[in-house]
Amino acid sequence: MHISVNVDGVTYADEVEPRLLLVHYLRERLGKTGTVVGCDTGNCGACTVHLDGHSVKSCQMFAVQANGHEVTTIEGLARDGRLHPVQEAFRSNHALQCGFCTPGMIMQAIDLLADESDPDDETVRKGLEGNLCRCTGYQNIVRAVQDAAQRMKPGAGPKIEQHSDETVASKQPVGGE
Amino acid sequence: MTATAEPEIGKARLRKEDARLITGQTRWTDNLQLTGMLHMAVLRSPVAHARITNIDCSRATAMPGVAVVLTGEDFAAEQGSLPCAWPITEDMKSPPAPAMAVDQVNFAGEAVALVIADSAYRAADALAAIDVDYDELPVVLDMEEALQDNDLVHPDLGTNKCATWVFDSAEAGSGTNVEDEIASAEVVIERTFRQQRLIPAFMEPRSVVVDPHADMFTVWSATQIPHILRWMLAAVTGIAEHKIRVIAPDVGGGFGGKLQVTPEELLCLLVARRMGRPVKWTETRTESMLSAHHGRDQIQKITLSARRDGTVTGLKAELLADMGAYLRLVTPGVPILGAFMFNAIYKFAAYRFVCTNVFTNKVPTDAYRGAGRPEATFAIERMMDELAAELDMDPMKIREMNWIKHEEFPFNTVAGLTYDSGNYEAATARAMELFGYEELREEQARRRADGSAVQLGIGISTYTEMCGLAPSRVLGALRYAAGGWETASIRMLPTGKVEVITGTSPHGQGHETVWSQIVADRLGVPFEDVEVLHGDTATSHKGMDSYGSRSLTVGGTALVHAADKVLAKARTLAAHMMECDESDVEFAAGSFSVRGTSTVRTLGDVVLAAHVAHDLPDGMEPGMDADATFDPDNFSFPHGTHLCAAEVDTETGMVKIRLYVAVDDVGTVMNPLIVDGQVHGGLAQGIAQALFEEAIHDEMGTLTTATLADYLVPCAADLPGFITARTETPATSNPLGAKGVGEAGTIASTPAVVNAVLDAVRHMGVRDIEMPCSPERVWNALQGRAADASAPAAGGLGSIDSQGGQS
Repeated sequence: MHISVNVDGVTYADEVEPRLLLVHYLRERLGKTGTVVGCDTGNCGACTVHLDGHSVKSCQMFAVQANGHEVTTIEGLARDGRLHPVQEAFRSNHALQCGFCTPGMIMQAIDLLADESDPDDETVRKGLEGNLCRCTGYQNIVRAVQDAAQRMKPGAGPKIEQHSDETVASKQPVGGE
Repeated sequence: MTATAEPEIGKARLRKEDARLITGQTRWTDNLQLTGMLHMAVLRSPVAHARITNIDCSRATAMPGVAVVLTGEDFAAEQGSLPCAWPITEDMKSPPAPAMAVDQVNFAGEAVALVIADSAYRAADALAAIDVDYDELPVVLDMEEALQDNDLVHPDLGTNKCATWVFDSAEAGSGTNVEDEIASAEVVIERTFRQQRLIPAFMEPRSVVVDPHADMFTVWSATQIPHILRWMLAAVTGIAEHKIRVIAPDVGGGFGGKLQVTPEELLCLLVARRMGRPVKWTETRTESMLSAHHGRDQIQKITLSARRDGTVTGLKAELLADMGAYLRLVTPGVPILGAFMFNAIYKFAAYRFVCTNVFTNKVPTDAYRGAGRPEATFAIERMMDELAAELDMDPMKIREMNWIKHEEFPFNTVAGLTYDSGNYEAATARAMELFGYEELREEQARRRADGSAVQLGIGISTYTEMCGLAPSRVLGALRYAAGGWETASIRMLPTGKVEVITGTSPHGQGHETVWSQIVADRLGVPFEDVEVLHGDTATSHKGMDSYGSRSLTVGGTALVHAADKVLAKARTLAAHMMECDESDVEFAAGSFSVRGTSTVRTLGDVVLAAHVAHDLPDGMEPGMDADATFDPDNFSFPHGTHLCAAEVDTETGMVKIRLYVAVDDVGTVMNPLIVDGQVHGGLAQGIAQALFEEAIHDEMGTLTTATLADYLVPCAADLPGFITARTETPATSNPLGAKGVGEAGTIASTPAVVNAVLDAVRHMGVRDIEMPCSPERVWNALQGRAADASAPAAGGLGSIDSQGGQS
């Protein structure tokens, strides 16, 4: 099938097998290896990307379902050589060790912060329930997300992340979470 | 080159590694795409024990994109046997361990065939078209039944008993006879604990790429042990070691789970040789859980003798340890690593340890974070609580009266080790203060008196561990096949920048950062000017890799020694350059000066002079590089006091950790940020054993917890925040004063949590609850049900405890 997908600001047109998972399309066809695969049941969240500004698990979607949509990966967050505040906060708070879960964790954290501008500990923990980390015990991840919330105030961070559920409802893709 | 303003050691440096990890620039093995690369997919046995009577590959071979389909018979002549480096006794039984089963499968998940195709999808497609006929054999799962030898995992061995390993303090001369102590004791406590089987569950699935280019095999692998892997691949295949280069690029966690020479690494190498093209294999999560080694899985019968006043006298640990179907790299030695730790921080007069290793038709076990020491620590810390309950004493008081006092170090233990340093009083005092022990005890009493539905329990773990693996002579005495030294090199570049080469192989620990701090401090160069190279046998030709909380204590010490060699040579050259006597040269903050003068040469000046070699003292070699290898004299012994307050809902069995305080003494801290992170992650894994995780095989030997939906790796919402603090008693066994921190949290936390759960419900008649303390198990224990332990249950909810319930 023919698809056209905008990934990290670049539009790609490709022929893909209908069964090709979005994450494999990103990794194998586009070389976007910043997004990784940690499981095959959608539990670990390592493959989390944004589809039209909302987090989705890219191992739970086919590439064809991204046709006509905008995908943002961990590789597309930095703007003009500046890291996204959530990336900065992860580093400053030592919120990663092996770093394998980190791309997905950051993408999910950004999604969470779009809905919750000043989340408490429990809100962060619940918001990250779909992303597993084996190294950090989550303590510094929670701190990093809360720190990022402060860094992003007021209106910090890329525009694309600032949305409400209503405005993107019409663009909701099939599949995903 | 400028001098560093303040000491690097002890500074909370942000990590160098993070720049690539937070931007998606990381080099995972699975990212590699090589021209002409083929993909490997592995067919795994769905049955746990069977003879393979026929494999029909014809349909699979004909499928599009498939280059070849191979079975065990195709590899039989060349695959040899996967290595076991730790034959713990002279008469240990060791079955052949083929990378691919040839005529018999011994666990569900064992490789029986593989497909090589032009894409991973097509390789996976073809797996479904391979027809294997199995003639099923009786399945051996239960260790105690296995020891009756009615059905055999490996008939050729004639028994399911792998080996029995004994330590006895009377025989070793390190203590008295335990049977005498038990016979004459005023109190004897006997308990049986089950260390459930766990899955390391590193986040990055394993991946291997082999490039057979120009008679050189380059092997990329998601491994903790590139150096050991190279050695073992050469030993198993006969490929000359200098024709194998192993690279561990960025590796996404290991926790012991990637301390292995895997079937798939070997198969990828053999297939790449056969095809003359690069081959990649990346596992699925389910494959990982079905075939990568598991951890723990012991039954521990513990006997403790004491006097009525609470003084402990004797300790006997009788273990059964499940090897699974094969002996992997260090499988039989894992329980032996615990043998020296059951006595922990307490002054037992007598100690005896007997471990019988048993074969079953299950996934092989091997190292998992702590490897033997969490099991030992769990047993002794549970027993100290049992003793306190028996004598109606406060569990902290009973520990205090039995532990080694700070003025008694160095202390020779009943298990034959010498603890170099420690201060259990200080760590405990700090923990008690942070925890609010007395207030929580008062609240506990109130809730008990009120008959509250939610009861409060307090759990203690005053642990120690042995790490910094390891003195080579000790490993030799324990019949381990390799040494325990570590190596480091420093290359002083002509512009004054520094390359550090280490034999350690980090996979999340932050060695690039901390090794830079150590060198920056020692040489007085900026932190940013140091680059750390690791994990590639072409640049780092020698090393013993990373596991056993060894990297800093052993590898960091090698680095200090290498830096000192650089400085020693630089001092000689600096004296020559400044035309003074070497004894008048002082070195501080990266510069050499002549005492009492203003003559100065920076280290950079001296390095450049050594590099151009225009004017060197007679006999001095050009260059300023140095290598050092360090073999420790002793282990290191981190310790600490962990306190857990858990709320148990007696109506639902739900356990909630309300407060967790960890005060650890890991010696001198290089980077507090990284130490805290290691403790946090360790706590999470130890708590997960206490409450959530269990690898369950059903009665046919099928692993029923083979996905992350069924095996409960905790998420953020499952865990509490932790309060961490430190005391610092430097190790005396290395110049850094470091003790190691990688495993401490995991070792300490499991008994603290289980002790808290039991403390909450002990007054209701519950004496024990098997791990994981799931709501179902806790609730059943509260109902006084000693329910059917054989009933399988998925998802870490666990089968129902056989020994809990009311006393």
